[in-house]
Amino acid sequence: MAESPGHHDERRDSDSSRSGVVVLHDVRTELDSLQRAVVDGIRHAGYDEASTFAVRLALEEAVANAFRHGNGEDPEKVVTVEFKISDEKVWIAVEDEGCGFDPDAVPDPTEEANLEIPSGRGIMLMRAYMTDVSIVAPGNRVEMVFRPAG
Amino acid sequence: MDLATAGLKTTDHDGIIRIDFIERNILDEANIQLIGEGLNHVVDAMDEPKLVICFENVEHLSSAALGVLITASNRVGSKGGQLRLSDINEQILEVFRITRLDQMFQIYDTSAEAMSAFS
Repeated sequence: MAESPGHHDERRDSDSSRSGVVVLHDVRTELDSLQRAVVDGIRHAGYDEASTFAVRLALEEAVANAFRHGNGEDPEKVVTVEFKISDEKVWIAVEDEGCGFDPDAVPDPTEEANLEIPSGRGIMLMRAYMTDVSIVAPGNRVEMVFRPAG
Repeated sequence: MDLATAGLKTTDHDGIIRIDFIERNILDEANIQLIGEGLNHVVDAMDEPKLVICFENVEHLSSAALGVLITASNRVGSKGGQLRLSDINEQILEVFRITRLDQMFQIYDTSAEAMSAFS
């Protein structure tokens, strides 16, 4: 990816859609502005607050997982986020530079024995809040779609 | 440790410590580590800690925040204390329900109810 550090390439289209590609280097300092850009786009497209909450949470979970588990918190590795917002749907792809993972191997955090384990809920929340979540092989890219109900 | 730096405010109500988050989106990725350290600091300073974490100002939280709360709960439990949560808005309560953590935590509508349940 030939983007400069923290480079934002957001394009607002005339049909009230918005898209962009953002390369993140540090989840703690750069996630907030990305979330703001996506939330602004969602609101601009007329989505309600529940939709905004859902997409914002799923985006945060995907990016946090990409840095923590995908890149193993290696500061040399980046996370690339693509998003497209239209009146009909929000599409987000988050890709890390790790070697991927098998989503079926992640333990169910709602099992009684796993309730007190403090991690492992990110993918579950993405799936709960987004309409569709795909982990693209080898598992270092997640693509998510949110379509408003009704 | 300066709890305000961690975004936390504590008030002592006859030995029951109420913890508030100073900012609305405080439970996000940028702050979560500091908040975890702040909560651990409060727990470690008490014998049999009695804590109420009030979510009155919180509009957003992530699984990292849930992890911090679980760690705090385990820590409180290991010291023979109790942790209660209160004033959680409906959107955030849904996150607890989805993850079934509404069954693990003692959740009350208001901090007053959470505190009176200690006696």
